Amino acid sequence: MIESVRKNEALLSGNEAIARGAYEAGVRVGTAYPGTPSTEILENLRTYPGVNVEWSVNEKVAVEVASGASFSGARAIVAMKHVGLNVAADPLMTLAYTGVGGGMVVVTADDPGMHSSQNEQDNRFFARFAGIPMFEPGDSDEARRLTRAAFDLSERFDTPVLLRVTTRISHSKGIVNLEEPETRPGAQRIPLSPPKYVMLPSFARQRAVVKLERLSGLRRETEKWVFSEKGTGDGKTGVITSGVCYHYVREVAPDLDILRPVMTYPFPDESVKQFAKTHEKILVIEELDTYLTDQVRALGMEVQDLGSWWKLGELDPDRVAKMLGKPVCEIPVTEGWPAAAPVMCPGCPHRSTFAVLKELGVEATGDIGCYTLGALPPLNAMHTCVNMGGGVSHAFGIEKAHGPSASETTVAVIGDSTFLHSGITSLLDIVYNGGTTTTIILDNSTTAMTGRQHHPGTGFRLDGTPAPAVDLETLCRALGVNDIHTIGAYNLDLLRRTIKEALARREPSVIIVKTPCVLLKREHKMPYRIDRDICSDCGSCTDLGCPAICEGDDGKYIDPVLCVGCDLCRQVCELEAIQVIEKAL
Amino acid sequence: MNIEKTQSILFAGLGGQGILVASGITALAAFHAGYDVKQSEVHGMAQRGGSVSSQIRFGKKVHSPLIPQGTVDILVAVHPRESARNRSQVRPGGVIIDPSIPNAEEELKNKWGNLYLLGVLSHYLPFSPEAWHSAIRSVVPQKYLEVNMMAFARGTDRIL
Repeated sequence: MIESVRKNEALLSGNEAIARGAYEAGVRVGTAYPGTPSTEILENLRTYPGVNVEWSVNEKVAVEVASGASFSGARAIVAMKHVGLNVAADPLMTLAYTGVGGGMVVVTADDPGMHSSQNEQDNRFFARFAGIPMFEPGDSDEARRLTRAAFDLSERFDTPVLLRVTTRISHSKGIVNLEEPETRPGAQRIPLSPPKYVMLPSFARQRAVVKLERLSGLRRETEKWVFSEKGTGDGKTGVITSGVCYHYVREVAPDLDILRPVMTYPFPDESVKQFAKTHEKILVIEELDTYLTDQVRALGMEVQDLGSWWKLGELDPDRVAKMLGKPVCEIPVTEGWPAAAPVMCPGCPHRSTFAVLKELGVEATGDIGCYTLGALPPLNAMHTCVNMGGGVSHAFGIEKAHGPSASETTVAVIGDSTFLHSGITSLLDIVYNGGTTTTIILDNSTTAMTGRQHHPGTGFRLDGTPAPAVDLETLCRALGVNDIHTIGAYNLDLLRRTIKEALARREPSVIIVKTPCVLLKREHKMPYRIDRDICSDCGSCTDLGCPAICEGDDGKYIDPVLCVGCDLCRQVCELEAIQVIEKAL
Repeated sequence: MNIEKTQSILFAGLGGQGILVASGITALAAFHAGYDVKQSEVHGMAQRGGSVSSQIRFGKKVHSPLIPQGTVDILVAVHPRESARNRSQVRPGGVIIDPSIPNAEEELKNKWGNLYLLGVLSHYLPFSPEAWHSAIRSVVPQKYLEVNMMAFARGTDRIL
């Protein structure tokens, strides 16, 4: 009975809706490297029949594999988080020249507010930079429809299309209308035409002309993708907005007229001019940067100045109300109750390495992953984190600047998935250029932070099929590293000794700390307890930053529900006050 | 309940407490009950044991997936700290369902304590038992369905 009410509808997140749209468009190949907030696009796409999906090694490879599929005539989609597009920018910029065979859609999921990212770059500028059309959906159903439309647009104009979403689109659910998938004949392989796909200068110059001509066609096309809405007010003020911001404006200002382009590159100049002419006052509401504002102003139109406070962080109905000069319900910040910060899980195999690094007082140049939490109190043991693979190169840069002795007090720390994504080349650079830097690979056998996805070291693919697992020791040896140690994460003495020796050695060293993520395995060892009669509350155990060790009214205690029996706290307790519960009983 | 107006529910807890499961079920129940609905949450780093929240808005037509400040109709908090932290978001006359309600502290010692709170929540929402049950069945794995259904039933049986 319930199903009949909601026939051909589903409650889907933006990411699920993008996967649905790609399926409806008859996509054949889907590629991605996991990255919040984009990860679930491929995880959902794999559930549809007829799509060949993969976790690629990194975003550049993902774009290349998708473009190969497209050149040969198949429809392909590639998804990544905003910073992933930096990695993939090399192929993307030139794909704007070659164009496509089968439709090709590139999804960039930006993260305003940096919920799970290192910056909040506005990737709408990539569309303009590369010269490729861009759609900006405002909710889940639009994400599905525009993904589907993007494949058609891609083929009609012979261009990759950028689909730009944000965290709030990707991770919000809304009602989606489901349509039947297109019945497409099995993709015929198209022979590759060298003047189109070999970007020698002589061919590229010709394709540059094609790109310019294509853009003038797209400038006419974009005018068809503009929605205009009358508000309930006097019609004097008009708002130009796009993406999820449209819904915030509609929520807080039903009185205002709205112009909403959904293809935000190329910019619909004519529609915007018309709208601006018929309104006394124009406001532009957008998240992150002045992407739309700049283009409206470039048309000679006056836009109300909103200052720059709104450029920091994510927008929401209240901030949009403030931008529009509407009343806002001011809530006093509840004092003494800050949001709980993210922490490494109880039993996390990364904890011990940072405890040792802190004790040794070395600087750790770090990377992107759960282990970045090693920078936070009480561990305070990571000192840089900029981009994927960057930490390994940072450590070598310090050695180059201050000599080999600097590598005795510096260590690079990187996760297994991140190392395979872009740490290999950094390590090769150390070997090639005569460095002695020590690199610690925290191998938890998964891409943990984004929700435990497979990678080339896990032995499985995105679709669950077994895969050859790269052996990190053999790989590092092939790069020219001779001093390689693989050890477990839960023996502090061994970790301490291995790290100290590697730091002292005048050659490049790699320490692989290999213990699976605790979330991969749900059976745990017996929990531990603190003997209150022995404990002196010295704080050695709490310095590990384990959420299972709590402060109670009678001093420290271990929460037996959270404790997984990793044994680290027992090892740091000099008074031997910490024991396994069964032994204590 | 005035169903002409969009209703806003805020779920709050710590990572691993089943906040996303509880809000996922509620959003699906609203969907099955025939409403327009939007649900919003944040994944990734924020989830690692930190504060987790999820927002649901339902009604005839929902625009913003985010709840404007101070307009939460119902707060469902699985942790006392998160209840304290978020209660200023509840509108005057709004409802708070948290560990301080009868039996909740005991129920929340189980992994399915969040379903008990949903049972209590169901008293305040215009969704049929079928809409709720169908939503629970599609979210909770078969293996744990019975214990979750029973926790939900204990919540719905509670006399307000």
